[in-house]
Amino acid sequence: MNHWYYFVDLFAKVRTTFVEWLQSFDLPSSLIIFLDSLIGITLILMIVFPIVMVFIWVERRFVARFQLRPGPNRCGPLGLFQPVADAIKILVKELIMPAKGDKIVHWLAPVVLFIAALMVFAVFPIGKGEMGVFTDLNIGILYVVAIGSLGVLAIFMAGWASNNKYALIGAMRGVAQLISYEVPMVLSIVGVVLIVGSLQMSEIVGKQTVPFILLQPMGFFIYFIGAITELNRTPMDMIEADSELTAGYFTEYSGMKFAMFFLGEYINTLAVSILVTTLFLSGWKGPFLPVWIWFVIKVFAVFMFILWMRATLIRLRIDQVMAFSWKFLLPMALINIFVTALEVLAWQQWMSGWESFPWPFIFVNFAVAGILILIWARVFFKTGGGRIEVGGYRARNSQGYGVNPQAPV
Amino acid sequence: MELKTQPFILNIGPSHPSTHGVFRMKVLLDGEVIVDMEPMFGYLHRGIEKLAEGRTYTQNIPFTDRFDYIASMMNNLAYVQAVEKLAGIEVPERAQYLRVIMSELMRIAKHLLAVGFLTSDLGALMTPLLYMWREREKIVDLFEMVSGQRLTYNYMRIGGISGDIPPEFLPALKKFIKEMPRYVEEYDQLLKTNEILLIRTKGVGALPADLAVRSSCSGPMLRGSGVKWDIRKADPYLVYDRFEFDIPTGTVGDVYDRYRVRIAEIWQSLRILEQAVEQLPEGEVCAKVPNLLRPPKGEAYSRIEAATGELGFYLVSDGSIAPYRFRVRSPELLNLTVLRDISIGWKIADLIVIFGSVDIALGEVDR
Repeated sequence: MNHWYYFVDLFAKVRTTFVEWLQSFDLPSSLIIFLDSLIGITLILMIVFPIVMVFIWVERRFVARFQLRPGPNRCGPLGLFQPVADAIKILVKELIMPAKGDKIVHWLAPVVLFIAALMVFAVFPIGKGEMGVFTDLNIGILYVVAIGSLGVLAIFMAGWASNNKYALIGAMRGVAQLISYEVPMVLSIVGVVLIVGSLQMSEIVGKQTVPFILLQPMGFFIYFIGAITELNRTPMDMIEADSELTAGYFTEYSGMKFAMFFLGEYINTLAVSILVTTLFLSGWKGPFLPVWIWFVIKVFAVFMFILWMRATLIRLRIDQVMAFSWKFLLPMALINIFVTALEVLAWQQWMSGWESFPWPFIFVNFAVAGILILIWARVFFKTGGGRIEVGGYRARNSQGYGVNPQAPV
Repeated sequence: MELKTQPFILNIGPSHPSTHGVFRMKVLLDGEVIVDMEPMFGYLHRGIEKLAEGRTYTQNIPFTDRFDYIASMMNNLAYVQAVEKLAGIEVPERAQYLRVIMSELMRIAKHLLAVGFLTSDLGALMTPLLYMWREREKIVDLFEMVSGQRLTYNYMRIGGISGDIPPEFLPALKKFIKEMPRYVEEYDQLLKTNEILLIRTKGVGALPADLAVRSSCSGPMLRGSGVKWDIRKADPYLVYDRFEFDIPTGTVGDVYDRYRVRIAEIWQSLRILEQAVEQLPEGEVCAKVPNLLRPPKGEAYSRIEAATGELGFYLVSDGSIAPYRFRVRSPELLNLTVLRDISIGWKIADLIVIFGSVDIALGEVDR
């Protein structure tokens, strides 16, 4: 048997062997479950961290190519050890604590973000069957969505505890923006769930005889935009907004605490890439090549696309971002659910189940998505994209609503 | 129950990624919206105007490099022109043409950076900026050929320029003029058709024409508001009256118009460069001027159209080797005075963009 072909199964085998070895010691079953989880978590970390390091390297090299620079090329061949050098540098840096900040919350915020980012990996199927996933929860998608929104809490904790106005503005933006985008994002997943009829991740991959991006083009579109917003990447990086808020919510963070935010962000990027792959790009499925190679190819393709957007686009303003969510994406997501539900009903009525793949709906859905996006975009931009009304403030200002010269600065 | 909000003060600067130096804005915010703001200058004050009173006229030329360090050729030019007016020195024709070439190249470089930094302020991870930086490098290479420097050129001299151009300069310049339109067109298309750039800049920070005139704005700030005022046409200096070029203007005076005017000015500068290279005469490049120049008693004000506006030098001579008074009319400082009027009511993100569209280098604002 070719072992490299079943690369992913190797991790699962390590786990089962370990559990069998534990059982031979006549330990209480709860302890075995606990130790089993521990080794599972270790295995996840062992997979996630190298990929994140490669992500950091790829991002730096790739963005540098966009910007006519060579990128990091001093540490090792092609600068491959740059993430290692970065990690060493950041580990020995001083931890700076703002004098009037909330010490405990300031410490806790990066931990919460980091843990929340890692927790979602428990349910991602990276290979076939039971072997390819740590816990195949039957509410997998729900779990991912719930844990994914924990990051907002960490961002607000960081902003609040820093006792810094930039950080606070960034955090307030973050809360407003992330909660707004959670709504169309979750609604766009509902389309996939309707077709599959299950929340289980392995089931979703199993049902994809063709990638769901073909059946759910609009769902993919909305989910992808929502995901980029969740990742705080341009054009939606309102939370960091380095030209406005210096660094947003982690302005006051340094050393390892900053590194945890930084790593957490990349882990989130990885999670989103995996989720897009699983939901819309048929996960580990693919012809000829072994499953894990297909999986890695797809994940990196999604990551590259996110990078591409980051390297080229300009940041939106917070009110435009919010208007885009509530006035554009949310109606789109609702219409998408409606259309998908009708299709599912019709297909079950006439073709009795999903044994034969609904090819006609691919064309229908692409047509519906294209027409709707075009029409709605016209209407949306004609109304000004949610521009704020400035008249009120000008009027107030002329009535002597000025800077108080005695105000503390 | 009505929710109460309380405005709070945010200090943007003196050290901030997008204040283009050390500049401080005390902003009164209601949430994200600017209720009031106060620009504060002076963090880079080096007292150059006073220092210059203790040095000879020639020794002062390097000081002018440090005003607007992104466009130092123009500062040199404005200063030596004022001294020449004060002392009544005639500049040889070849030197005048070379001065025109240098200042138009400098204008292109400055505008490229202005547009590039504007996109960077808009949040574009440096990518457009680094492309524009690539073109600026070509101009800086040209300057390095003639002056040996890459940032503070110290190229102009009283009565002409420090030395004639090397033989490889003109072919390189011609190559640059030939290649440049392609790149400018590319950036222009890239930014002009970007939906996000349009909604971020159109209508933002509109400066009405009458306010612009009343606050003595100049340069792209003024022309963006639709006022056709260019010293190269209104009060021609050097040999600008021999060239054909237009004055591009905007309509509304918003950030987008200022950016469009800058791009249009790059096109006009290329036109001037083409004509100047064609007409470039042979001859001397520097008039005979004594090392310790003692201009007669009196005063002189001379102005040029710098990349950011009307850059003027006012010199008073008491007949000695050093100026009695050395005063700079800084276009960037005067353009900055309208910042409060055009930024109130917009959001923080807009404030950064509006401030970026004024296009300042703090070296000139504070001196």
